[in-house]
Amino acid sequence: MKKKYVSGVEFFIEKAIFASGAATILFVVLIFVFLLKEGLSLFSEVSLTSFLFSKNWYPISDPPQFGILPLIMGSILVTFGAIVISVPLGVAAAVYISEVAPKSIRTFLKSGIELLAAIPSIVLGFIGIIFLAPAIRNIFNLSSGLTALAGSIMLAFMALPTIVSIIEDAIVSVPRSYKEGSLALGATHWQTIYKVILPAASSGILAAIMLGIGRVIGETMAVLMITGNAAIMPTSILQPVRTLTATIAAEMGEAVAGSSHYYALFAIGIILFIISFVINLLADMFLHRGKK
Amino acid sequence: MVKIKTSNLNVWFDWEIALKNITLDVSENEILGIIGPSNSGKTTLLRTLNRLNELYPGSRVEGKAELDGKDIFTEVDILSLRKRVGIVFALPLPLPLSIFDNIAYGPRLHGIKKNNSLSEIVEKSLKDAALWDEVKDRLQESAFKLSGGQQQRLCIARTLAVEPEVVLYDEPCSGLDPISTLKIEEAMKKLKSNYTQILVTNNVKQSARVSDRTAFFLMGELIEVGITAEIYTAPKDKRTDDYISGRFG
Repeated sequence: MKKKYVSGVEFFIEKAIFASGAATILFVVLIFVFLLKEGLSLFSEVSLTSFLFSKNWYPISDPPQFGILPLIMGSILVTFGAIVISVPLGVAAAVYISEVAPKSIRTFLKSGIELLAAIPSIVLGFIGIIFLAPAIRNIFNLSSGLTALAGSIMLAFMALPTIVSIIEDAIVSVPRSYKEGSLALGATHWQTIYKVILPAASSGILAAIMLGIGRVIGETMAVLMITGNAAIMPTSILQPVRTLTATIAAEMGEAVAGSSHYYALFAIGIILFIISFVINLLADMFLHRGKK
Repeated sequence: MVKIKTSNLNVWFDWEIALKNITLDVSENEILGIIGPSNSGKTTLLRTLNRLNELYPGSRVEGKAELDGKDIFTEVDILSLRKRVGIVFALPLPLPLSIFDNIAYGPRLHGIKKNNSLSEIVEKSLKDAALWDEVKDRLQESAFKLSGGQQQRLCIARTLAVEPEVVLYDEPCSGLDPISTLKIEEAMKKLKSNYTQILVTNNVKQSARVSDRTAFFLMGELIEVGITAEIYTAPKDKRTDDYISGRFG
């Protein structure tokens, strides 16, 4: 059965809205196709396994070697460090804001955290270079403070606003009755928080962690500035590392268009795209599981 | 023996008065029914007696309320008060846990860790709430899988599991079918020997069926309280008569 429209305007508006909705999906598909088109050319020269698992990234030596394992490990190390720092902080901050803080402090803190989200990442990179890296160098007695740890700490601050606001939403949407039911049985406020409220908000907390990871793994500018940019296999968090994103940003300008180096950078883009796609999918799954 | 005693109890929410000069005794092992139209302060009275009202920032209390002769606002620790004075809410609201864990939640809070003593408590509480036979084979299932009436009995069992002395019921059957209602009323009658119970209900007949004495509240005031049979047959106040016979409310 065909839908009848009341007027031409109605028809036009509905089609226009449909086109806008379809466009967003189309853009994602186009971006992916573009990445594939440029990136897949690499695999006529380099096998997928040696691209993913070989330990040497020497794109401009002769012959060039395109092993991105050190870059992947760099990304994972920095991300892992950032999450280890930001999740406990984020959960604690969200609990404080939603359950403990008086109203005036709550408003103040919430806008403060939104402000943290508005700081450009390059400014955080600046702070990292000027204050954090020297501090790390002095504390751990290193030759340079530009390490995975510095990147992790800076990125933790970048991920915090996302993590705090999603966890706070999750806690606020826990039904009031759970809290009252628990308190009515003689539980303390703290017992109620960790035995009832946090478990009930767990799917939101997982989603927040996933989105935090997504935020961190895609971040480029700050890590480019403060992780030291050495494409070597990291053995400790106190070593310089280079992430997937930083590699693209640093080398795209000098790679000759059409060279295998150029294609390799696009192939890294594909890997990043897949990683963030999977992370977003997981976050979405957790959020929806919680809504059921 | 008097278990709960309030004298000149006033409760405000911000600037609105919710309870006016309530003076009321509840004896040990009695079931006191509280009837009255909505907004008459019945629920507020219950939530004052175990100090849940304090969760609302604007609430304020004046006057006295005593449990076993001790002032609940100054002489009784709030956590032990809430353990001794349990409440069953209007909507059956289990915690998002299994049936077993819902009931073990309270005892665990109060320091009981051994599995067999927890199992004993769970079984006894479920039996007291007349739910054991229906759930004994599915204790590990989520509490949300139970029907509304079963969930409400689960909430009663959860309240009983911390061994309270007083149980407050806030319209416990308002969302339930007649058969579930009957089961809960029977459970209440059985619990009489061990507990002091206060039943707030919108259902005038329920108080007549279950309670020893009935109190009638209107607009935050206690209009009258007396033996249930007398209240229902020969109320002293005309407003009580009007309410019971269904002329208003």
